[in-house]
Amino acid sequence: MSANLEHAEHHQPSGIMRWITTTNHKDIGTLYLFFSLLMFFIGGLMALVIRAELFEPGLQLVVPGFFNQMTTMHALIMIFGAVMPAFVGLANWQVPLMIGAPDMALPRLNNWSFWILPFAFTMMISTLFFEGGGPAAGWTLYPPLSLQGGNSMPFVIFSIHLLGLSSILGAINIIATILNMRAPGMTLMKMPMFVWTWLITAFLLIAAMPVLAGAITMLLTDRFFGTSFFTASGGGDPVLFQHIFWFFGHPEVYILILPAFGIISTILPTFSRKPLFGYDSMVYATASIALLSFIVWAHHMFTVGMPLAGELFFMFATMLIAVPTGVKVFNWVATMWRGSMTFETPMLFSIAFIVLFTIGGLSGLMLAIVPADFQYHDTYFVVAHFHYVLVPGAIFAIIAAVYYWLPKWTGKMYDEFLGKIHFWLTTIFVNVTFFPMHFVGLAGMPRRIPDYAVQFTDFNAIASVGAFGFGFAQVLFLYILYKALKDDVTVGEKAWDGAQGLEWTLSSPPPYHSFETPPKVE
Amino acid sequence: MKIIIFVLLSTLMPAVVVADWETNMPRGVTPTSIAAYDLHMLIFYITVVIGILVFGVMLYSIIHHRKSKGYQAATFHESTKVEIIWTVIPFLILIGMAIPATKTLIMMEDTRNSEITLKVTGYQWMWKYEYLEDDIAFFSKIDKDSNKARRLNSSIDVNKVEHYLRNVDNPVVLPTNTKIRILLTASDVLHAWWVPELGGKKDAIPGYINEMWIDIKEPGIYRGQCAELCGKDHAFMPIVVKAVPKSEYHKWVSIQKDNRIATKEN
Repeated sequence: MSANLEHAEHHQPSGIMRWITTTNHKDIGTLYLFFSLLMFFIGGLMALVIRAELFEPGLQLVVPGFFNQMTTMHALIMIFGAVMPAFVGLANWQVPLMIGAPDMALPRLNNWSFWILPFAFTMMISTLFFEGGGPAAGWTLYPPLSLQGGNSMPFVIFSIHLLGLSSILGAINIIATILNMRAPGMTLMKMPMFVWTWLITAFLLIAAMPVLAGAITMLLTDRFFGTSFFTASGGGDPVLFQHIFWFFGHPEVYILILPAFGIISTILPTFSRKPLFGYDSMVYATASIALLSFIVWAHHMFTVGMPLAGELFFMFATMLIAVPTGVKVFNWVATMWRGSMTFETPMLFSIAFIVLFTIGGLSGLMLAIVPADFQYHDTYFVVAHFHYVLVPGAIFAIIAAVYYWLPKWTGKMYDEFLGKIHFWLTTIFVNVTFFPMHFVGLAGMPRRIPDYAVQFTDFNAIASVGAFGFGFAQVLFLYILYKALKDDVTVGEKAWDGAQGLEWTLSSPPPYHSFETPPKVE
Repeated sequence: MKIIIFVLLSTLMPAVVVADWETNMPRGVTPTSIAAYDLHMLIFYITVVIGILVFGVMLYSIIHHRKSKGYQAATFHESTKVEIIWTVIPFLILIGMAIPATKTLIMMEDTRNSEITLKVTGYQWMWKYEYLEDDIAFFSKIDKDSNKARRLNSSIDVNKVEHYLRNVDNPVVLPTNTKIRILLTASDVLHAWWVPELGGKKDAIPGYINEMWIDIKEPGIYRGQCAELCGKDHAFMPIVVKAVPKSEYHKWVSIQKDNRIATKEN
């Protein structure tokens, strides 16, 4: 092994060029994760601008136009910059280690799919400094409003094209790796759940991202080349955009959560010291969710005036998703049941994930009921719902994964006490932030407004306090990561006594090139 | 726990007067809003029961099945029977939810046999109302006091503005106990017309005419606002509906007509 390491270092440029030219899955995984962390803080600062303005009624800090730019950019950055790259980074690190492959199948493509991102986001964020500002029509870019935007629009669309390109290349790479490079003996139904969920997610990406690219290209030609796909006065149809957008948008929702399911299914058995309950049904449930995600898109647009038959179809299909999602939650609970549990930081985040994601799932079920959705639609109830599935859902899973695999990646242990403090602060503040949003939403506060009627003051103030608390708790996370790397608390091959899987057979940190001879899986 | 947090936080509250802490959807005053409310509560209670069961089992497990208590891990990891049970039972619960939801939806989408028709057109950033049978039309936009107070650093205390952001210059006047068909469209971008107490919202879309119906059972003033992002002043296009008994409504209609004739003659 050490001979290999030296051999590799001979050809490896050092310093910044190492990172720019790297084709190593571990380096690229690290790049993705650091990039995601940076975007998480930039998107988070935008959220704090939003929450600061909403702390009390009246406009105190920003004008409405800038507020709308903040909501739009917050969503685009968190979705495409924080959550998706974090999952791709985790896949880069973990998929080869978990299936016993030496690297990703297409290493140069891997380098390119990462390095597109910094350029795309630099362009997207730079629009905030344009005359007329950045995009302000919401991340859904609904026309005709998005067609009224300033000069930022073509830049934002081009950067979304680049992000889509990056995602599709990443997805191709992951599929090629998983299907071709598994260690001998690792059949599909023996793959770790994280690998399974990523395989399914990668197919979703390849199916959904081109649809988004098509929709935004039509926006572009409507604006600059005289077409009228979405302009009623030219014979076009504004609702058509919503159908196309959500045909991408709903699978996208599952792109943001399926890898999280895989992470939870990995961490729970480790700290319950008991195998995952119902592996087969977990795989089938994930695949069913993925398939159903393509036939429920219009539940994001129940108020556009669809025919009754359409509303009923999308209501029933949406409700159906509760079945496989329920199966997953029940399987997780059954995994914990009669285990021998300990509660290290990754486990704490995973348990909070199950509870809070389930709350988000249940409010999702409420949103599926069309007559009630006519009231919920476009209110803070929806904001509460999707933040419950994305923050204590996707983000908690990512944080749990970082705590869980950090010892493997670096060979160093984080401070468990500080990790627990981070967990409790994050979990308390996430609820202080998002739970009151259910109340103001039901009471009638629409989303995407910079100012509100005075009856919504109290819960908004609470949510704003929570948001700042949540933000500061993440600074602690940075410190914990810094401290873990600085201090010298080393760990052995197996950082967790209950951990299963090929990655734990390697040293911590693993050699730069691992599994050059494939391991055998019985 | 939550109450303690609320008490702690309420000391930080900017508003001296604590508002009514409204936490739920208003039941409203139309058959559609009441049906939506009932359905909302039904599904809410079902989800609460599911939540209590699932989290209860988890909590029991977290308390009892821990290594620090010396609990030995079991080894079971699959059971087709259990998987079938927890696939079928949720499916049955969903059917139980879908039946009332479908009935309500069919009722809500039935706009036939309406007595009067109100056409609502969304503009950036105001509403136009047209009473099609009586040939009355007017614009309705945010009232002057709110409009002044809402400017950045206006130095006006918005808590002292009456119905801040929920008041207009010309309210829509509608009769009670009448099936009213509302036609919705927009002239520029998407808007959505929403008064929570009168039932759900519908989008106002350029090139489309959407329809919904309401039947207000109690006289009163009902307030709402645009619910679809429509640009910088999206938050500042309120809706005020003044529901009055039929006789009073007819009086109002005739005054509007007289006014129109008077303006024409001038």
